[in-house]
Amino acid sequence: MSETTATLPVNESPSEQQELDKVIIRFAGDSGDGMQLAGTRFTDASAAFGNDLATFPSFPAEIRAPAGTLAGVSTFQVQIADFDILTPGDEPDVLVAMNPAGLKSNLKDVRPNGTIVVNSEAFIERNLHRAGYDKNPLEDGSLDSYRIISAPMETLTKEAVKETGVTGREVLRSKNFFALGLMAWLFNRPLDPTTEWLEKKFSKRPEVLNANLAALKAGWNFGLTTDAARTTYSVKPAKLEPGTYTNVTGNTAMAWGVIAAGQAAKLPVFYGTYPITPASDILHELSRHKNFGVKTFQAEDEIAGIGATVGAAFTGHLAFTGTSGPGLALKSETISLALMTELPLIIIDVQRGGPSTGLPTKPEQADLLFSIFGRHGEAPMPVLAAKSPSDAFAITIEAARIALKYMTPVIVLSDNSIATGSEPWNLPDVSKLPDISKPFLTGPNAGDEYLPYLRDPQTFARDWAVPGTPGLEHRIGGLEKQEVTGNVSYDPNNHQLMIDTRAWKIANIANDIDPVETDGDPDAKLLVLGWGSTYGVIQGAARRLLKRGVPVATAHLRHLNPFPANLGEVIRSFEKVLIPELNMGQLRHLIRAEYLVPAIGFNKVSAEPFKVSEVEKKILEIIES
Amino acid sequence: MTTLNYKRADFQSDQEVKWCPGCGDYTILASVQSYMAEMGVAREDVVFISGIGCSSRFPYYMNTYGMHSIHGRAPAIASGVITANPDLSVWVVTGDGDALSIGGNHLIHALRRNVNLKILLFNNQIYGLTKGQYSPTSEVGKTTKSTPLGSIDFPFNPVSLALGADASFVARTLDMDRKHTIEILKRAHEHEGTALIEIYQNCNVFNDKAFNALTGKEERDFNQIRMEDGEPIIFGPDREKAVVIENGVARIVDTNSVDPSQIHVHDSHQVNPSMAFALSRLSSHPDGPTPLGIFRDINRPVYDREVSRQIEAVTEKRGPGDLQKLIASQGTWTVE
Repeated sequence: MSETTATLPVNESPSEQQELDKVIIRFAGDSGDGMQLAGTRFTDASAAFGNDLATFPSFPAEIRAPAGTLAGVSTFQVQIADFDILTPGDEPDVLVAMNPAGLKSNLKDVRPNGTIVVNSEAFIERNLHRAGYDKNPLEDGSLDSYRIISAPMETLTKEAVKETGVTGREVLRSKNFFALGLMAWLFNRPLDPTTEWLEKKFSKRPEVLNANLAALKAGWNFGLTTDAARTTYSVKPAKLEPGTYTNVTGNTAMAWGVIAAGQAAKLPVFYGTYPITPASDILHELSRHKNFGVKTFQAEDEIAGIGATVGAAFTGHLAFTGTSGPGLALKSETISLALMTELPLIIIDVQRGGPSTGLPTKPEQADLLFSIFGRHGEAPMPVLAAKSPSDAFAITIEAARIALKYMTPVIVLSDNSIATGSEPWNLPDVSKLPDISKPFLTGPNAGDEYLPYLRDPQTFARDWAVPGTPGLEHRIGGLEKQEVTGNVSYDPNNHQLMIDTRAWKIANIANDIDPVETDGDPDAKLLVLGWGSTYGVIQGAARRLLKRGVPVATAHLRHLNPFPANLGEVIRSFEKVLIPELNMGQLRHLIRAEYLVPAIGFNKVSAEPFKVSEVEKKILEIIES
Repeated sequence: MTTLNYKRADFQSDQEVKWCPGCGDYTILASVQSYMAEMGVAREDVVFISGIGCSSRFPYYMNTYGMHSIHGRAPAIASGVITANPDLSVWVVTGDGDALSIGGNHLIHALRRNVNLKILLFNNQIYGLTKGQYSPTSEVGKTTKSTPLGSIDFPFNPVSLALGADASFVARTLDMDRKHTIEILKRAHEHEGTALIEIYQNCNVFNDKAFNALTGKEERDFNQIRMEDGEPIIFGPDREKAVVIENGVARIVDTNSVDPSQIHVHDSHQVNPSMAFALSRLSSHPDGPTPLGIFRDINRPVYDREVSRQIEAVTEKRGPGDLQKLIASQGTWTVE
């Protein structure tokens, strides 16, 4: 054990610098300790430095759970690398623990012989007791196999900020910046991006700005002057595809996707929603950008959120609603109305742990079957899923394309890990967005007559005639429609025809989406098939195995209903199919039913994403079985 | 520019009207179609949105844009319509079950926001389409299929409810009084913001003569309290009854028993809703003297206009959004 504290003498000799190809760091502390902020700033500094990275924030559903308890621990994990990575990593190399609870609840994940950075002053009787420690783990030898960097962060932060004018509780608020400064030193991160961010953020509160800057520098200097670690580390910039990159979370990318879809469709955007974790950030981001012509409507409830969206779609806006599982349940009846009235709208479901209120801040992929089947009656509609934070941008535009072209509601699935996690995104040239516009009907579509349910012979989509257009006054509604005229019809044969037609319209979309592609070893006997946020771990696991010469192939679905037209052929060309999912086997269920293949599931619903190593192990197990 | 020279028939759709013979809805439909012809709004700019229930079939019979939506949600859907295009004239048709039971939340929030919707609440105090269960406006003790021992639910007074939600326009009229209905429709149209019009509507199949006190030949003159702005509220065949408001409570007195200056002079434009509320409490149920007319008609910011105004203001200030700049707004780095 190589413990250093503030009382150690200053070591004048420069530390040795060691180069790593990747490192995984987890910040852990009380919900109020500012760990999300410290993690995000570390991430942005690494992004600016040019590393590839992926993040995984995790926090309790309570805004301020009781201080010092295990329930109140908030964490932020980031993996930075000098090569192309896809996940926030399995086992942290470094754990920053701001208190005993942060240590206790995260130590099990830290890799053997990893580094633990602690705020030593938080390890006092009361906090130890709250975290369930009988003895102080910093003193009882239980951490001997780890390298400990211990700093009295509170004393040093107080000392550092005393000239800045912050007082009272604000003094210790800066201690996350102390921790960040120390980590920046340990990993040779530039301080400039953080400094610039602070200057912008606190331009109107100079005392807070100066306190945070002072704490940041104090953390760095503490590392430097105490030689807190013999070795510091560096991770070189990654060799990514040329381009301009930004670090983006899934929720932000999705909000930008909503705006981009509006531009690609040449339509004003309407976003009707009700606040719900973890989807609310999409509303927050969109409401900041009204100069894009975006109308945001914070409704009185989930049903009104989508109700207003249906109204806006009827009136010719590109209309979206966003929610999470419980809200999707409430929207079900209105989605059926949109389906019956054949109006284009997009429902974003940022999945979280369910059922009921479930685990609001944890990732899960358990709304797949509900998205596909969760409506009364025969009610098929397209379902898509983002595979990563940056893909949330493209998938949203794709959803809008399908909604408009086929005049149908579309569900887009994201989940908590995509929504709050981030990754570098090679920015697209938005002038090259596809044209997804669907022109409004401006006059009769059948001689001198307007027939609301006359269909395009290719897509089976009806025309879009919006209020304000002379001569096209018409009524739609939830009662069954007579084909062509759209009048209310109770004719049994017409009902069968309309159900067949609506089903065919959606099934036919299979021919208008990208075929599924396989990756990895084309001669492999095993295909690992995934959807949604498991993309990174599945790719990560497959790459590791391929490097070792283990034959494995992968495919990832972004279209869940209908499936790409070639999916059956692809699946049948492998002996075995393994489907890892953060649910109890929902895609497996669909694949088995659709293609009559004995797909194997790998399922987990333990409030956290898969680890790459778990998927890797499972793949090997299947290959060897 | 279209010349708006409409006749009532121009607002009649080609669909057969399928309410029960003798239903009050027919009269209301005729009043609305008549008023549409004189409203001065192009037919293509008129939208009728309804929920579910007998009255909610209404849009099918109007030759305008329309949507027969789902139970209780019409105010929410209509809010989306008007917010998307504030230049439309958007009307909501709903019933006592649709608006006050399953859709109660949407109704009060539309009223609170002051969305530019004209809400026609057909109150027949019964569930008709589901064949005769008591509704949230049915009187206590009412015997129906679902309350064989009499209803124990205390009813809403829709006007009081709307005033409680700070509605900017609240009125009450009767299905069979076409002249009064049309007058109220006109005032509602002229009002900027949400207008709630409670229309007492007779369901001759499941709740016949529920409003007999107000419509019966023998009774009506005794019970109709007509409120006119600037006029003292006096009613009765010989104007023998009057309304006074003391300490926030309205009550009916003999006209002769009070000094004329004590009789309440109606003013629907009072910003404070207390007087309007007091008047709404004169009758807890329309089985005796009941106020008709406009309780409240005030101006306050209109939601859908405000949404557009914010967008215009921010666009003027910051310029139209630049998507390429937006996606690079969180800091970027370049890989060569």
